[in-house]
Amino acid sequence: MMNKKTDFTNAEELLALCEAKAIPISEAMLLRETSKFEISRKEAEERMLKALNVMRESVARSQTEKMKLLGGYIGGEGKELLARVKTEGAIGGAISRAAAYAMGVIEWNASMGRIVAAPTAGSSGVLPGILAAMEEAYGFDDEALVKALFNAGAIGYLIGRNATLSGAEGGCQAEVGAASAMAASMICELFGGSPAVCLAAAGDAISNILGLICDPIGGLVESPCQKRNAMGVSNAIISAEIALATGGRCIVPFDEVVAVMYNVGRSMPYQFRETALGGLAAAPSAKDYRLGCRACGACK
Amino acid sequence: MRELSVFDIIGPIMIGPSSSHTAGALKIARIARMLAKTRIVSVCFQLYGSFAKTYRGHGTDRALVGGILGFATDDYRIRDSFELAKKEDMEIIFEEMEEDVAAHPNTVDITVTEENGEISSLRGSSVGGGEIEITQINGCDIRFSGKNNAVIVHQHDKPGVVASITKIFEVFNVNISYMSVFCEEKGETAFSVLEIDGDFNDFGMEAICRQPNIISAIYIKVK
Repeated sequence: MMNKKTDFTNAEELLALCEAKAIPISEAMLLRETSKFEISRKEAEERMLKALNVMRESVARSQTEKMKLLGGYIGGEGKELLARVKTEGAIGGAISRAAAYAMGVIEWNASMGRIVAAPTAGSSGVLPGILAAMEEAYGFDDEALVKALFNAGAIGYLIGRNATLSGAEGGCQAEVGAASAMAASMICELFGGSPAVCLAAAGDAISNILGLICDPIGGLVESPCQKRNAMGVSNAIISAEIALATGGRCIVPFDEVVAVMYNVGRSMPYQFRETALGGLAAAPSAKDYRLGCRACGACK
Repeated sequence: MRELSVFDIIGPIMIGPSSSHTAGALKIARIARMLAKTRIVSVCFQLYGSFAKTYRGHGTDRALVGGILGFATDDYRIRDSFELAKKEDMEIIFEEMEEDVAAHPNTVDITVTEENGEISSLRGSSVGGGEIEITQINGCDIRFSGKNNAVIVHQHDKPGVVASITKIFEVFNVNISYMSVFCEEKGETAFSVLEIDGDFNDFGMEAICRQPNIISAIYIKVK
């Protein structure tokens, strides 16, 4: 019976639960976790803090260490963008800084660094990029950021449960799109948005990149993944900003957006679902691209 | 459907770059390691589908070797697994296979040779998000997700054998959460896969092996 009261399977139920108990989405997700899985509140919070710290570490190390990319389609972009932000100023403000961090994390991932799949490795730059930039700009503490991650986790759970989080199944919209939706909702809660506002931001973030295919060049998690993570960051921040400004006004509610995303993903030809047979992966220049020295594997 | 935890979404914490090609590959190899009872002297990885095509760019090779060495998916030693295997005098062989053997594109056959000459093998697929499925052990078709601790028993296909196995779990007060029996095509022997809640121990394993009609039993400890 306890489970029934704290569980939710879609956004409508989540919203009802939040309103009935007067709690934010992060708290609803934490309650679901502790009642459904054998874990105490303290353990769950500590485990999430560990994930937060791995995210912070991935941002920091990607900006300071020399990385050996496995493929070599990318390399150095995160540092270059951050350098521009620091010396020439950013056109996009906090967005540019968060994008620089996100791009760095994708490089860190592609050079066998330790990351948090959030929700996947290919989309692992979005959440840490935003969290690091927000922490710097606004000084959020561990407690606030851990809550933010529970909020993001709730959105990811709903997408994973009712659609998919796999590029092989739903294209990039299911990976970077999901990460972007999770981040949008998380930002809203950090800035005092209600659960309804969070869900509107998440729905908008998916809506904005509906239909985005997964077409990794050379089959690797490098390009276009890296820049799409940067796009996922900007999409999340803008979606959050709009939802906060408009009180979450939208035409299509989150649950319907998720269902649409799933249907769009399922109707994508398989060439556009992580197979590297279509999209940018099949473009002539991508096929002819000469890789850096790591690609041959001889120096492994 | 398995219930998703918040840590399935914000997680796993892993060495990149790919949950399926790196973390999943490592998990398959870690189970292959458990098939061996003595030191492993040689390992052969036969790669199929997408594993065969992109294994270097995804670090699948280092992850597989890392799994044989028993590393966790977030262990930085995966990066240097080839050097570490060499230090242990372990021979490593990779073969890129042309044909497709399984429904899933990310599949590997792993054959381990122990110092006592024993040879074991398994086939595993990485099915997305770091989730795996073991589909063959020593040439016999089985199904095992590697999510829970499990005892895999090779037995003669005779009446009463399954009951004698499950009795041991009762005696040791260990709950069986899921059980399935897979018969070899010849119909003479079978494999039982018993997923359990909690942990099992050597005494329990010995007790199972002492039952009549049991050929061998292995304990796969994944958590």
